Amino acid sequence: MKKRIIKTVEEMPPSGIRVFFDLVLGMKDVVSLGVGEPDFVTPWNIRESAIYALEEGYTSYTSNKGLIELREAVSNYLKRKYGMEYDPEDEILITVGTSEAFDLAFRAMVTRGDKVLIPTPSYVSYGPITSLCGGKPVYVPTTPEGHFKVDPKDINRLCDKKTKLMLLNYPNNPTGASYSKSELKDISKVILKHDLLMISDEIYCDLTYDFNHVPFPTLPHMKERTLYINGFSKTYAMTGWRIGYAAGPKDIIAAMTKIHQYTMLCASIISQMAALEALKNGERSMYEMKREYKRRREFVIYRLNEIGLPCHKPEGAFYALPSIKGTGLSSMEFSSRLLKEKKVAVVPGTAFGPTGEGLIRISYASSMDKLKEAFIRMEEFLKGLKK
Amino acid sequence: MDKNKEILEILEKDARTTPEEMAKMLRMTVRTVKEAVNKMEKDGLILKYKTILNKEMIRNEHEDVRALIEVRLTPQKNVGFDRLAERIYQFPEVASCYLMSGTYDLLVVVEGKSIHTVSRFVAEKLSPMENVRGTVTHFILKKYKEDGDILKQPERSKRPAISL
Repeated sequence: MKKRIIKTVEEMPPSGIRVFFDLVLGMKDVVSLGVGEPDFVTPWNIRESAIYALEEGYTSYTSNKGLIELREAVSNYLKRKYGMEYDPEDEILITVGTSEAFDLAFRAMVTRGDKVLIPTPSYVSYGPITSLCGGKPVYVPTTPEGHFKVDPKDINRLCDKKTKLMLLNYPNNPTGASYSKSELKDISKVILKHDLLMISDEIYCDLTYDFNHVPFPTLPHMKERTLYINGFSKTYAMTGWRIGYAAGPKDIIAAMTKIHQYTMLCASIISQMAALEALKNGERSMYEMKREYKRRREFVIYRLNEIGLPCHKPEGAFYALPSIKGTGLSSMEFSSRLLKEKKVAVVPGTAFGPTGEGLIRISYASSMDKLKEAFIRMEEFLKGLKK
Repeated sequence: MDKNKEILEILEKDARTTPEEMAKMLRMTVRTVKEAVNKMEKDGLILKYKTILNKEMIRNEHEDVRALIEVRLTPQKNVGFDRLAERIYQFPEVASCYLMSGTYDLLVVVEGKSIHTVSRFVAEKLSPMENVRGTVTHFILKKYKEDGDILKQPERSKRPAISL
């Protein structure tokens, strides 16, 4: 029989984590610190606009690039908020979540032999997509001691002639790390020196707590070599709508649009209409949510350190990645036992690559009541371990 | 946002939040939080702490009824509506009282044991009052949402317990 599944896919990490996930999903009354999405439903005005769109009969395809009204709204938003100039005609593409945007970007820019720099621990999809394109992921380690920030020296050290692209996700899932303007400038210098392209995943940009978020394309000489990726999932609690966008140089957007038109065709028109409403009238709920997350962050970091799981204060997103090394357990052992013994779900750090060993990801996208309860249980769990 | 405003925002959402918890959330000492809360209580910024009941679910035969009453007044010299409003809102039957723009002057929310008690209050206390030119009474049939709270059993989250 001919080999049915190609080697690249067979060799993809099978996500041993899947088993753990199934365990969590099969269990009742779990207090969960394991979610990667906001803890509220999409604001009503956004949902209502989608219902209205359906009533009005908006059920067709749209232009491949997305509704021009939405592209214009994205363009205005980027200009108003960050002073970035992107032409809605040919520098913005509406995608099915940011996930599709990565897929398109890698397929458009990475081919056999190309090396892609990916900071780790990182969100799960960047490495496998690189491999699918025939590229080679080169992991740039970040550490708790370095507050999970990429050291430009490491980029320098890991770069060679085959290195084509770097991916940066900030504020970061799973580490919560973000970068100040001067830190980003240091990274941009190395990018320029090695003539690299940058894919900047800034989906958590609105959840930056201690300073203003600085988009990568706003740094000197970076706009022409950066693909900026963002979406509506985290800011407007729209994860299930699968709607995002990419903004970047014309040639890259044109190439991505080509693949998009042959594969996805266009994003759902209903989600596009909802996203339009989010950009028009979503800001108030966003600021309220951000204040709430910030308070949860302070509480969570304080409690983590108090119960003996050391963690620095992350600058953004809604994640903390504390160390559990003191317990002597592996990330998977810790998470499984915590789940079975105390019914608290966290994500083992190894879900985000081998450098996540000894760490667990805590999401504070849960109500204060749940967070309080989870920490009481975790404290009991840790006391039990010491006996 | 200043810390006092944040404390108020936290307490308005959940009055049971302890000073210890707020201290952690706001990176303040427990003592400063306590002092700030005490001061706001003393200054009247915080009036009291109470529990919001879902009265649509707590059904019993002696259930209170509520009515919104539009009241038209003749304003008095020098004091306008304030003195009249005071005479009205002092009645324990009055749950809320607002001065309104538009076709009437006061909106009075009255609570009573039955339609009769409310009617009697309007007929015997409110309408005969000097300077009250007229009233229109609207009884509330069902409450859907009150002061930001939806009066339904909270729905279970549809979000999976784990995702990356």
